[in-house]
Amino acid sequence: MEKRAIEIDIKVPNQTRYLSLIGRIGEDLAKELDKYCGDRETLAYHINLVLTEAMVNAIKYANAEDPDKMVHIIITIADNELIIRVYDNGQGFDINSIPPPDFEKLEDRGRGVFIIKSLMDSVRYHAVEGGNVLEMTKRLQ
Amino acid sequence: MNLNIETRNEVIIIYVNEERLDAHNSGDLKSEMQRLFEEGTKNILVDLHDVRFIDSSGLGALVSGFKNAISHQGNLKLSTLQTQVKSMFELTRLHRVFEIFPSTAEALENF
Repeated sequence: MEKRAIEIDIKVPNQTRYLSLIGRIGEDLAKELDKYCGDRETLAYHINLVLTEAMVNAIKYANAEDPDKMVHIIITIADNELIIRVYDNGQGFDINSIPPPDFEKLEDRGRGVFIIKSLMDSVRYHAVEGGNVLEMTKRLQ
Repeated sequence: MNLNIETRNEVIIIYVNEERLDAHNSGDLKSEMQRLFEEGTKNILVDLHDVRFIDSSGLGALVSGFKNAISHQGNLKLSTLQTQVKSMFELTRLHRVFEIFPSTAEALENF
């Protein structure tokens, strides 16, 4: 079995009021990564941001803002990578079909997935039992 | 959402007194800017001094305010962005869209 130093498993109601709590947990965790040789403050901010963006996708789009649903988040720190998995119970969407934002057009929306893809090393969205998972990986070396 | 609103030299300054401007609270800022422009306000300065964290919804609310300003022949400018907040404008190329000033005073001189 893969050796895992830390795994945090959290479930919160499908409501945006929990964004701050989960973002803060991700940020605090990133600040503890003493093996990471880059700028830990920036990494912490980016982890907070991708967690926030991924949760908003799950809450608003995949789970259609149903407050009775739950969002399930697992943050894993393996030897040299940090993996964030955000599970939803929705219909799913093809992350690769979402175009990058058109920088010449001023749209209110459409920057979330672009931000996630820009800040993480790999991003996958796929079906699992009862819903889907958005899996985002950041290499730590 | 905690917003302080003040008028100086015919510019309405909105101080966003929140650590986070995100999908949970940015709708309030968006509606407030919309209300002000609809009531005839021409110039809005959004001061982000207290905002440590912004997500795509927060950026989207400011874009919405900017478009509202244009459609009402007005202006929307920004001041006092923290480093990480500014880097999000750069990542999404929005620093080319907004006029961003290092201080409230400098922003007020440029309306």
